[in-house]
Amino acid sequence: MKRMTGGEAVRLFCVRNAVPIVFLLVSAIGIYYSQFTAEYLIQEMLTRLARNAFLVLSLLIPIMAGMGLNFGMVLGAMAGQIGLIFISDWNVSGLYGMTLAALIATPLAILFGWMCGAVLNKARGREMVTSYILGFFMNGVYQLAVLYGFGSVVPILNPELVLSRGYGIRNVTNLDGIRNTLDNAIPLDIMGIHIPLATFLVIGVFCLFIVWFRRTKLGQDMRATGQDLGVAHAAGIPVMRTRIISIVISTVLAAYGQIIFLQNVGTLNTYNSHEQAGVFAIASLLVGGATVARASILNVFTGVLLFHLMFVVSPMAGKYLVGDAQIGEYFRVFVCYAIISLALVLHAWRRHADKVRARAALRGESGGAA
Amino acid sequence: MNRVRKFIEEAGWPRILIAVFLVALFITAPFVGVPVDAALSDTLVRFGMNGVLVLAMVPMVQSGCGLNFGLPLGIIAGLLGAVTSVELEAKGIPGVLAAMLIATPIAVLLGWCYGLLLNKVKGEEMMIATYVGFSSVAFMCIMWLVLPYSSSNMVWGYAGKGLRTTVSVEEFWQKAISDIGAFNIGDAFYFPTGMFLFLLLLCGLMWIFMRTRTGTAMTTVGSNPEYAKASGVNINRMRTLSVILSTWLGALGIIVYEQSFGFIQLYMGPFMMAFPAVAALLIGGASVKKASIVNVVVGTFLFQGILTMTPSVINSMLQTDMSEVIRIIVSNGMILYALTRVTKVRS
Amino acid sequence: MGAEEPLLRVEGVGKAYFSNRVLKNVNFTLGKGRILGLVGENGAGKSTLMNILFGMRVIQETGGYEGKILIDGSEVSFRSPMDALKAGIGMVHQEFSLIPGFSVAENIVLNRETLVYNPLVEAFGDRLTTLDRAAMTRRADEAISKLNIELDSSTLISELPVGYKQFTEIAREIDKKGTRLLVLDEPTAVLTESEAEILLDSMRRLARHGISIIFISHRLQEVMSVCDDIVILRDGEVVLQTTPAETSVRQIAGAMVGRRIDRGESEGREERAPGKPVMEIENLWVDMPGETVRNVSLTVYEGEILGIGGMAGQGKLGIANGIMGLHPAGGSVSFEGRAIELNNPESPLAAGISAVSEDRRGVGLLLEESIAWNIIFTSLQMQGRFLRQFGPVKIRDEEGIAECARKYIRDLEIKCTSERQHVQELSGGNQQKVCLAKAFETRPKLLFVAEPTRGIDVGAKRVVLDTLKRYNREHGMTIVVISSELEELRSVCDRIAIIDKGAVAGILPAATPSEAFGYLLMGAGAAEAEKAAADNSNGMEAANA
Repeated sequence: MKRMTGGEAVRLFCVRNAVPIVFLLVSAIGIYYSQFTAEYLIQEMLTRLARNAFLVLSLLIPIMAGMGLNFGMVLGAMAGQIGLIFISDWNVSGLYGMTLAALIATPLAILFGWMCGAVLNKARGREMVTSYILGFFMNGVYQLAVLYGFGSVVPILNPELVLSRGYGIRNVTNLDGIRNTLDNAIPLDIMGIHIPLATFLVIGVFCLFIVWFRRTKLGQDMRATGQDLGVAHAAGIPVMRTRIISIVISTVLAAYGQIIFLQNVGTLNTYNSHEQAGVFAIASLLVGGATVARASILNVFTGVLLFHLMFVVSPMAGKYLVGDAQIGEYFRVFVCYAIISLALVLHAWRRHADKVRARAALRGESGGAA
Repeated sequence: MNRVRKFIEEAGWPRILIAVFLVALFITAPFVGVPVDAALSDTLVRFGMNGVLVLAMVPMVQSGCGLNFGLPLGIIAGLLGAVTSVELEAKGIPGVLAAMLIATPIAVLLGWCYGLLLNKVKGEEMMIATYVGFSSVAFMCIMWLVLPYSSSNMVWGYAGKGLRTTVSVEEFWQKAISDIGAFNIGDAFYFPTGMFLFLLLLCGLMWIFMRTRTGTAMTTVGSNPEYAKASGVNINRMRTLSVILSTWLGALGIIVYEQSFGFIQLYMGPFMMAFPAVAALLIGGASVKKASIVNVVVGTFLFQGILTMTPSVINSMLQTDMSEVIRIIVSNGMILYALTRVTKVRS
Repeated sequence: MGAEEPLLRVEGVGKAYFSNRVLKNVNFTLGKGRILGLVGENGAGKSTLMNILFGMRVIQETGGYEGKILIDGSEVSFRSPMDALKAGIGMVHQEFSLIPGFSVAENIVLNRETLVYNPLVEAFGDRLTTLDRAAMTRRADEAISKLNIELDSSTLISELPVGYKQFTEIAREIDKKGTRLLVLDEPTAVLTESEAEILLDSMRRLARHGISIIFISHRLQEVMSVCDDIVILRDGEVVLQTTPAETSVRQIAGAMVGRRIDRGESEGREERAPGKPVMEIENLWVDMPGETVRNVSLTVYEGEILGIGGMAGQGKLGIANGIMGLHPAGGSVSFEGRAIELNNPESPLAAGISAVSEDRRGVGLLLEESIAWNIIFTSLQMQGRFLRQFGPVKIRDEEGIAECARKYIRDLEIKCTSERQHVQELSGGNQQKVCLAKAFETRPKLLFVAEPTRGIDVGAKRVVLDTLKRYNREHGMTIVVISSELEELRSVCDRIAIIDKGAVAGILPAATPSEAFGYLLMGAGAAEAEKAAADNSNGMEAANA
């Protein structure tokens, strides 16, 4: 192993973190033009970090197990929302409400996750596109259940939740009962900036869980499975089961993440909230410098901050820069999708390059003859 | 009995269920008061509108690039052609032709770049195609605001610039192709002869192309790239060519769609357009690796039939509109089914 | 042998895959702390024997085996590799089974990590125990120290040179509790000479620690230097059981290839005058995974059948694939005086060179297409044949294609329902005939045929080999046959080149006694082979006289 010089190390750092660095630059320009105050931005970032971090964290475990970005996390989000619909109906509010929602969501999420994992095991090598379509498919099933089943098959007591026709949940469900309950559970204001301490504590505990999980036998098995399915199988690791477990954990966590997200937002868009959850969480993670095969907790926090910074400033920056806020809004949609495409392309590219390099290593000295 | 089982195995349960469902819808229709002739006419019109978009899937599937979730790229080329043609105030058949002519070089250029990209990411084409499609749509959202179009038919009245979300082509070339030799039977049945002829023409050209030396090579690349390479075929060139073809057909497809529909849908309009086309192709019996023109025709008809029939029939039966949900479940269920089918090649 | 019961005793072991017998009455014993060299050609039965020893599934699925295997004097019958592992048998395969992104230590203890209990286990099961990384490293270092090599257990596998990956695998087997018997399958094939030396040293050390080793190798010097006992298999039988002290390189070489009745000679081999050189290969290297060609120079003469033989993995298959542009290659190749462009499959095809690939299902065939399409595709693509005018364009001439396919189906006795049948439904032999038909239809001046009889039945074998001969005689087609089966080469070829370590070890006339080829196969050097050949012919002449 040769030592790297300082210059090389810096360059390597830049190459490895090209995505976050570019984002930082774009956001910096955006901040400058958007004319937002520092207080506003800090408050906004803290809120959004608390709101989104958990959802993004839920993506880490399937990446560890080599299943790529879990687009199927929307299944978890749906489970969380079903939990929330029930507690709104039963009028359970506060932390009890959130806990109850989580309790209802857990078995559903386990079921969804297990199903998702089983489907993905049948589509090895194209897990991402399959989980993505599975998300769409389950969205249909979710709509079928919530729009037609709730209020007819599943009893809903509170008429305010139900559409005027007598069944089906309204497009917007008010979550007044649990709005900001977790965020405000431990009140803390510093210099006029509200800090959702309890939410951060929950996120912190969860990060510890992930750190700990990596050190368990199961975590090690997942890493092995993710790196080389064949070898892991030969070593006696139950790979298919391990893969399913990783998706189940991710789905359950996504359900909790969605509950935390919605307690902060305060209203549930019954038929849309979950759809965006997946795309935004994945884009955030990638912006933080994660790849399809590697993601760390640091990536999560950097990603959420940078992505939402751009999200907040781009409409205003667009307005002041080109006189049209609409452009800024489209710009952030574009960035959101472009960053995912870029990450996917880079991943596929790198994998190809690695394969070529691995073969070159096998070639040994024969290449010398060339 | 054995033959029935074999048939079911080959066609796959989902396809048979869908076909049975459609037949049931047509049978039920008259009993719940849905006029069959109107429904059939609707189905045929939608079939003509979407046929070319579904056909656009074929080259890429055949060359092994998988289902073209990046169809929006071709659609964008078509939209640019259509918008430019309206800007030039070209009317009637020349208008449509102008749109197609302008769209062609754009589609070829975009398709070429897209093809080069897909060659770099072999094995992950579908996911990347999806997001390339999405990002290009989002990018074009900005472009529609910025591009210097000025026709008062298209830009926002209050700002004097920036294209509207939907642009009517009624005064220009609405039904320009459809109406060639079109006829009515009774009040409700309308047959868009021109649109069918156009689809037939494209299908015929595709059929011939697939039988030329190049077309044969393309199929072979999809079937077994190693074999093709050993036979002296340039794999990457064939794949790029197939992507260009798919993109170009996507461009033509959307223009055909718009002239029948009467509107050009900009901004997020093309966002999800790849999915119904993919689903239709799969329902027609194609797999992720093989697709034929028969798959296109059968699939488009079945899928569009269901889309037209479910709202009217189910609405009349249950007094509620479940068509959207059914569309989501059917189309994505079909795609999911195709993706999880184990390809039994390679032991 | 001593009074003590040997660790492993193999008694009368035999195995037949349906009608195909691959092992017959194999007997040998292996004492504690001894190294046994297992030598044999490809297909001699080594892998089958190891599969039986390891309780591989394929053995039970094909009806089990005959005879007994005894460990410490009591009979065992492993139903799965896990059973074998429990009994203390470890195996290091030719393909590595290592996780590239894991450290050496993590790989050594893979799925046998040292674990620490925590209360969550009660709720969620054993897999939530945590890893004790310190203990894992300690175990890894211990195993490495037994090998007496320099290897930092925290290095990632992906950063290790190939040789050290091998050591990691061996260390893993050593770390397994109670590993008493270690099987090393061609471990030196991927090593440099100095690495191989270290490995042999490590093996001796392990043996001193009381671990018995079965060492599969075709490198004669290695076998002679490290083994205590040598067992030579040929055609599924033990032909010689000896020790290095009692034997010679020459005896082993002879035993391995055997003195069978030479069909070629008995049929009256025709001595054909060589034509003029038609293909010149100079300093060819090919980067084909598992079959690397390092430096091959070779001349092919017009109208001959040249055989290329060698052990698996030595690079013989890489030659054809490299020339045909299927794998990255360098050096120079000329055909009929014109240079062939490497790395471009079009160039050799356009020059009139075709190949039948050894990877039938991967490269040779379009499994999901019809027989007809498989046969004509290359000709259609490269030569623009089988096309007809259709308006302004040319499209496939389906009738002409079917006609051509039917001709070959008749000629080569391809068993099928019609030319429209999909190739994946055919048997291996018939698939091979389709491959041949494809190559013949391009009307090549020179044809490479790699492993023409691999995995096909006896009847088809004959048809294939006879067809090759017929095309050579009748159409004057120059043919290069590449095969692991020496006898097969000797029966059809005029000359045979043996490839070893990616280079030509020697070229001998096919009529040369097989013993001489044995020398070349085992890397014993061309000079000795020629000497053996000369001795032998002298001997024969003497006998004749």
